[in-house]
Amino acid sequence: MIDMSLPWWGWVLMGAGLAFFLLLIIVSIRRNHGVKRSLFASPYTLWMIIFTILPVVLIGYYAFTDTNGAFTLNNFRNFWDSNYESNKVIMQAMGEAGAAYVSRGTVNVDTLVYSLWMAFKCTVICLLLGYPAALFMADRNMKLGPTLVVLFIIPMWMNFLLRTIAWMSLLEDSGLINTLLKWLGFSGVQLMYNSNAVLLGMVYNFLPFMVFPIYTVLNKMDFRLSEAAADLGCNSYQTLYKVIMPLSVPGVISGITMVFMPSVTTFFIPRMLGGGNTMMFGDLIESKFLVEGNWNVGSALSLIMMVLILISLSILRKADPNGEGGGIA
Amino acid sequence: MIKFLKRCYLGIILVFLYVPIGVLIVQSFNAGKSRAKWEGFSFRWYVELFQDTRIMNALYVTLSIAVLAMIVATVLGTLAAIGIYSMKKRPQAVMMTLTNLPNTMPDIVTGISLMLLFLFTKVERGYVTMLLAHITFDVPYVILSVLPKLKQMNKHTYEAALDLGATPTYALTHVIIPECKQGIITGAMLAFTLSLDDFTISYFTTSPLVQNLSTLIYSAARKGIEPSLNALSALMFVSLLVLLLIVNRRTAESKE
Amino acid sequence: MKKFLIAVCVLFMLLPACALADEVVNVFNWEDYIDESVLEMFTEETGIKVNYMNFTTCEDMIVQVEANPGAFDLCFPSDYIIERMIKKDMLAELNYANIPNASQTIPYLQNPAYDPEQKYSIPYLWGTVGILYNTTMVDEPVDSWSIMWNQKYANNVFMLDSIRDSMGVTLKYLGHSMNTQDIPAIMSAKQKLIEQKQSGVVKAYQVDETKDKMVAGEAALALVWSGDAQYAIDLNADLAYAVPQEGSNVWVDGMVIPKDAKNKENAEKLINFLCRPEIAVMNCEYVRYACPNAGAIELMGEAYTSNPVQNAPEEILAKCEFFNDIEPAFLSIYEAMWMEVKNTK
Repeated sequence: MIDMSLPWWGWVLMGAGLAFFLLLIIVSIRRNHGVKRSLFASPYTLWMIIFTILPVVLIGYYAFTDTNGAFTLNNFRNFWDSNYESNKVIMQAMGEAGAAYVSRGTVNVDTLVYSLWMAFKCTVICLLLGYPAALFMADRNMKLGPTLVVLFIIPMWMNFLLRTIAWMSLLEDSGLINTLLKWLGFSGVQLMYNSNAVLLGMVYNFLPFMVFPIYTVLNKMDFRLSEAAADLGCNSYQTLYKVIMPLSVPGVISGITMVFMPSVTTFFIPRMLGGGNTMMFGDLIESKFLVEGNWNVGSALSLIMMVLILISLSILRKADPNGEGGGIA
Repeated sequence: MIKFLKRCYLGIILVFLYVPIGVLIVQSFNAGKSRAKWEGFSFRWYVELFQDTRIMNALYVTLSIAVLAMIVATVLGTLAAIGIYSMKKRPQAVMMTLTNLPNTMPDIVTGISLMLLFLFTKVERGYVTMLLAHITFDVPYVILSVLPKLKQMNKHTYEAALDLGATPTYALTHVIIPECKQGIITGAMLAFTLSLDDFTISYFTTSPLVQNLSTLIYSAARKGIEPSLNALSALMFVSLLVLLLIVNRRTAESKE
Repeated sequence: MKKFLIAVCVLFMLLPACALADEVVNVFNWEDYIDESVLEMFTEETGIKVNYMNFTTCEDMIVQVEANPGAFDLCFPSDYIIERMIKKDMLAELNYANIPNASQTIPYLQNPAYDPEQKYSIPYLWGTVGILYNTTMVDEPVDSWSIMWNQKYANNVFMLDSIRDSMGVTLKYLGHSMNTQDIPAIMSAKQKLIEQKQSGVVKAYQVDETKDKMVAGEAALALVWSGDAQYAIDLNADLAYAVPQEGSNVWVDGMVIPKDAKNKENAEKLINFLCRPEIAVMNCEYVRYACPNAGAIELMGEAYTSNPVQNAPEEILAKCEFFNDIEPAFLSIYEAMWMEVKNTK
């Protein structure tokens, strides 16, 4: 049923790792002083080198080489001018006359800009919807916190692809919303196959990632601070602006990170809800690898995206130097 | 009044989150195959679900990978957390950067980079590669949930144990690990959940031969989803809900 | 409790390892392209287990086959992809001694241009590309591609998210060959497709989703393959199918065995099984494309031969063209132009 085959050196490598690991344990049991405990991290370090560092290095390798493995910058030219390869072919085939048919292709750059713009909109909407939700959840007078956390987590247990497909049955022309509208006597509206539907799908999927970190931070906050603010004469809005909001910044930052990153790179949501009318950057990378089989250009695009995200994260981190933002946990 | 408005707001958000799930569950009882038309109530798709070998296979792959990845990641991650905790400042910082790295990489890049690794080393993609990938993205989450517990721990407890004649190993298994048990459990749960729901990384690290539920749904989504998949997710949903209720009841009892 | 958990975990680890020994054949086929009970019958008859996997477009398939050497024993690529796979030396020669039923292939599809001696491939199903339309929404005759550009159907047309098909019919509409290497012609086709998108006629670019959506009445017109059309017509009598007079694409999906297949003989057994007339009938009636199997056509009789959607009449076939494989460098023009179309806002 399931092929468990690995090449021989794969087994050797795994065996060696396991042997090392066992040795570590045996030695630490035998010797009374024990092994230096910092050595406990070494299997993990090895693992990360093989499965995280090496793969990233490989992306870099493919991004800077051509199909023959020679160094080249063409993949990045390809990013800037998506017609780079085809223009060369046209000029070769037609000579001088080809110039009339050559133009810079803006597909990759456009798609990147569009994805960033969509991700930005999604993050803003999630923040606007999620912050009040987190705030109310953390409100001690409501006594709802733990129950609500569970209620927010439960939807995430349904496969996210299925949840997105469920939106299709709501939004289609013959879907539930339109059927309802028509039944009420209104004319139907087209809700799917456009960027708004994609945005809706993104907000739906990523909203919990905004709510949790903010909630975690607000919940840990010393509530006596807001009481003190009230005692010192702040009204509830002033307390919110001057005390609660500044203290929740770490949560907001980590929420933004957790929403922005997956929304730049999603490719399932636009494909399902956007009907192929809108392309996102994740879409583009996927099709470079799996449709065109062009690993080199695909790697270059991935590298560009990684660098962009690292830059934006480091800017965000400036606002939260201690990295206090809580994750889901 | 304000309290009421607040409740309303939370209610609306929750409705937004739950409507598609409701739709899914209702559809799983639809006798017809169409997404839009209600053709009567039936358990047809629940019956077909258990006869569909592809779905059952995918379910098996999903669950077994989630369990295996959880076990390996928890062991690896807990050890690593203890290791990192007892490191000096400089190496500790390096290790933390390394641990945070996967969190700052988008799924698609993680998936593609692993795919390139397997293609480059000519390892046939399949069950094993998917498992390796899942362990890889699980471990950092385990570390990040164990480490805070270690930091909260009173440093002197460990030393006291040694002074009282415990061997370092004994102190490790009887002092340190029980202290951060809560973090280990959280990390394991997190790893399990993440691995259960992952699509992007699995998509790039497996061949069409070995599919988990997500990749199966993805390939089926284009032709119109089988309602038996809705039935499956409804079942999984309900069983997780029951599990959660039991756990909640237990923790409530133990607190009393 | 603890012991029970450990036992469960051990069981989980052991299971995949012990399910290795069976005779298998790994099949890589289009989505929804076989009556799956046929595979069960095959297993029952021969004891060979079938691992059945799917792809969405041919381009996907060839990339997967290259990236997973040895993973597949039997694939179902289209004509021009077979040509490319032969050129890339990716296919194994078939051993016809194991496939006696291959003699059933109809004359029209024997010794095709993509595989002149039929060394590597045997036709599985074939068909045309045309327009599926909803007669309650379209009242004029559908006989030209121009209807897919008609403003009357704004936001009511589904196009295929497949480079060669969408570019191909546009080229045909403009009076060029679908295999043209004439750059101005390709550019004008791109312009035409951009115009179509900008004018708001196109509702979505998709592949397998189309048929069910057409059944549900989501759009008036759709570019489809003939079998999808027949499938939809079976479910919704308001739908009809037409191949425009400018001509279109006729295609064959063949059965091929990749060079590094691990179970070549089992794959040949399966090919032979699928070429058996009764089995070919089952597949043809399930998938609704045209059947290349003479024995099967005889078994289906009039119901099949008089159906113009499945069994395209000769005068239509005369206007249709097969795809040729376009060399990769030149294909990059098609790819880049298609990307520009899809990028249009």
